[in-house]
Amino acid sequence: MIATVTPAANALPAPRRATREGQGVRWLLTTIAVLFLLGFLVLPLIAVFVEALRAGWDTYVAAILEPDALAAIRLTLLVAAIAVPVNLVFGLCASWAIAKFDFPGKSVLITLIDLPFSVSPVISGLVWVLLFGTSGLLGPFLAPLGIKIVFAVPGIVLATIFVTFPFIARELIPLMAEQGREAEEAAVSLGASGWQTFRLVTLPNVKWGLLYGVLLCNARAMGEFGAVSVVSGHIRGLTNTMPLHIEILYNEYQSAAAFAVASLLALLGLVTLVIKTVLEWRYGAELAATRRH
Amino acid sequence: MGVTVTYLSLIVLIPLAAMFVRSLGDGPAHFLSVATDPRTLAALRLSFGGALIAALINLVMGMLVAWVLVRYPFPGKRLLDAAVDLPFALPTAVAGITLTALFAGDGWIGQFLEPLGLQVAFTPVGVVVAMVFIGLPFVVRTVEPVLADFEKEVEEAAATLGASRLQTVVRVILPSILPAALTGFALAFARAVGEYGSVIFIAGNMPYQSEIAPLLIVIRLEEFDYSGAAAVGVLMLLGAFLLLLLINLLQAWSRSYERR
Amino acid sequence: MTITVKGVAKEFGGFRAVDDLDLVIHQGELVALLGPSGSGKTTLLRIIAGLEFPDRGQVLFNGDDATARAVGERAVGFVFQHYALFRHMTVFENIAFGLRVKPRAQRPTRAAIAERVGELLRLVQLEGMAHRYPTQLSGGQRQRVALARALAIEPRVLLLDEPFGALDAQVRKDLRRWLRRLHQEMGLTSVFVTHDQEEALELADRVVVMNKGRIEQIGAPAEIYDRPANPFVYEFLGQVNRVPYRGEGNTARVLGRSFALEGAAGDGIAYVRPEEIEISREPRPDSVPALVRHVTALGPVIRIDLDLEGSDPVEVSLPPARWRDLCVAKGDAVHLRPANVRIFPAA
Repeated sequence: MIATVTPAANALPAPRRATREGQGVRWLLTTIAVLFLLGFLVLPLIAVFVEALRAGWDTYVAAILEPDALAAIRLTLLVAAIAVPVNLVFGLCASWAIAKFDFPGKSVLITLIDLPFSVSPVISGLVWVLLFGTSGLLGPFLAPLGIKIVFAVPGIVLATIFVTFPFIARELIPLMAEQGREAEEAAVSLGASGWQTFRLVTLPNVKWGLLYGVLLCNARAMGEFGAVSVVSGHIRGLTNTMPLHIEILYNEYQSAAAFAVASLLALLGLVTLVIKTVLEWRYGAELAATRRH
Repeated sequence: MGVTVTYLSLIVLIPLAAMFVRSLGDGPAHFLSVATDPRTLAALRLSFGGALIAALINLVMGMLVAWVLVRYPFPGKRLLDAAVDLPFALPTAVAGITLTALFAGDGWIGQFLEPLGLQVAFTPVGVVVAMVFIGLPFVVRTVEPVLADFEKEVEEAAATLGASRLQTVVRVILPSILPAALTGFALAFARAVGEYGSVIFIAGNMPYQSEIAPLLIVIRLEEFDYSGAAAVGVLMLLGAFLLLLLINLLQAWSRSYERR
Repeated sequence: MTITVKGVAKEFGGFRAVDDLDLVIHQGELVALLGPSGSGKTTLLRIIAGLEFPDRGQVLFNGDDATARAVGERAVGFVFQHYALFRHMTVFENIAFGLRVKPRAQRPTRAAIAERVGELLRLVQLEGMAHRYPTQLSGGQRQRVALARALAIEPRVLLLDEPFGALDAQVRKDLRRWLRRLHQEMGLTSVFVTHDQEEALELADRVVVMNKGRIEQIGAPAEIYDRPANPFVYEFLGQVNRVPYRGEGNTARVLGRSFALEGAAGDGIAYVRPEEIEISREPRPDSVPALVRHVTALGPVIRIDLDLEGSDPVEVSLPPARWRDLCVAKGDAVHLRPANVRIFPAA
């Protein structure tokens, strides 16, 4: 039927294993994937820095040290410094409530937490304008009191909180759910108070997930554009965050300056990515449950 | 728990309700006129159509990338795997101006496409490119773990039964990763529909042609047509809701074997 | 079909899974590959199937070299340890898979496929389950679907990897009997891998005992159990007492009895099965005194642990009736006499 191939002692021309594709197919698929990723991910990243430094180092430094740019950096840091801790507290509360207790409407709550992920950032900004704008639902009541929310810093903070609040809660819910209630019930049975239980048992178990969530939350808070753009009013030096400053510079054809500020945000993104990756490599098992989002 | 619910209603529910209320603020007639305005329709068509095309591209490329990252060893694989999350980490405005610079006529990529008669920047094609970029991680990240957990024996079983490698991939592996891929598709789609920052720079923003729906909201706002802006927002939400419902149904069907 | 394995060797990163191995499996035989984990039994089975390829050596099917043939061309039915059913397909679709992926020219008609699947469902006693999904079946049912799926392509040989490993004790027993009957009816050359000696002895025509990638012994179950070729086989199959002995000229004393040392003088280790030691109240010629340390009733057998002077403890097993006659309890002094001893001189 089939010719004898080789004497027993010789090394055999090993046939292809059943679960493998041909060399050509593997090579082709790998090439396509690598080119796609290089073109769509790595190339843009390189381009940011190349464009930023195109006009030279001095221009780059000048663009960043320019007063409006510094104001934008300050505002961005301020917004993140408010939004991240607020969402940290909320994320812990929400994930704890969802993972450890059963109550009516739980699934609705989970859906709501995800909502800002599926709503356009522009809509996330729009709702605040509709609520607090001068002809909004609540605006007319606040204006006489001298409280200005939209086109001012509070609006930017609110919009940022809105778009970033799912990050921490979503990281923590699966982690806490997975850890179950036994350890905490054990702690309570040993006489620990609710706060002690939370601080000594619950928190250490989720610390890496928490860090991971904070990281993503922070990156988004500093980089948010759409929602902030709608509520900010684009007042230079006052209500301009870094992403908005980039837009203004870009639209004024100050390309090098725009990319200079952009490179700072890209660095932030890179650092986030690196820490995130390191966390995943080191605590991969702990975080595995939350990797999909 | 009480805190959670209160916070959520303050931050999510009340504002969204405000939008629905406000969309009818100038009467149903105004809502209808906005909803039937050709410019609104063109913008919605671009946002939803572009998102659909981008999500489809991401579905195919995402599965391919996930496959290669899980199955084939190659130098730099871990770095490239980590880089997949870049669109999550890179602020959208940065992505927007960078993609524009790359695909403009004199950009690194654009200069090769322009002579071929393919103009990307400032056209609907550019909108799709930006949407592919921001939706790229979703399918990869949902499919990767499923593919990594896939039992090798199942593939071997198919091979012992005489299936060719292609038959094994198409009939055995693909149906198994399809539910996860559809989840990624839905997420990528939802993200692309609402995307603003990375799209507006590359879009060109020509009314009726390359103007996306979120931009139209911003424009209406700048004209102080609040109810018009809210109306576009409501239409977007409804459209996204309907499509996601459809995708959920599709998904339930694709994994029906698990529940029955 | 006759399978001939000739000088096959396979390494995994320096670990010799299969080491220069020869084996002939005859037409219609049911052969067990028995060994501890890491003994290379599964690797050998996978090499026969074409799921692994040997570094050296040949696999012949009916005398034809099949070594370079891909798994799909070998027409082997393979049943995986964890069944490896296609989760997104019904039972019917699982079984029909092998027929549906055939090249168009050889593919049976729809009606023929349905008929064949129906036959197989009857054979594995799963009529009425055709439209269920694997997740809705019990472990034993999944195993039978896996078997039906493997049989659908009319294989020339059936290979089973730990076929009962993941099942409950009772299901395992039933399925074992059923498989034995099925094999008698079909006469298909079959090889299965197991680490369970009871399973191998009950089911197989011949047992291949493997260790560290090599074959320790091949033989019929009774032969393997009664006349183990070496200490490894002795220890792997059933309970055994290891009794070190001192050689005195051409004889050795083991538990009081003298045995002739054929050609190999010197010290060594004797192996005595617990059921091959006689136990009595009174001393007899060639017996040694011992003290009952513990009595365990295990149902069909009674196990007695005994302490001996100047020797390691020994285990003896008795039928319950004999134990009642003897009436021994913890602390009693008794006398032991080995009925059958295997001697392996120290190398």
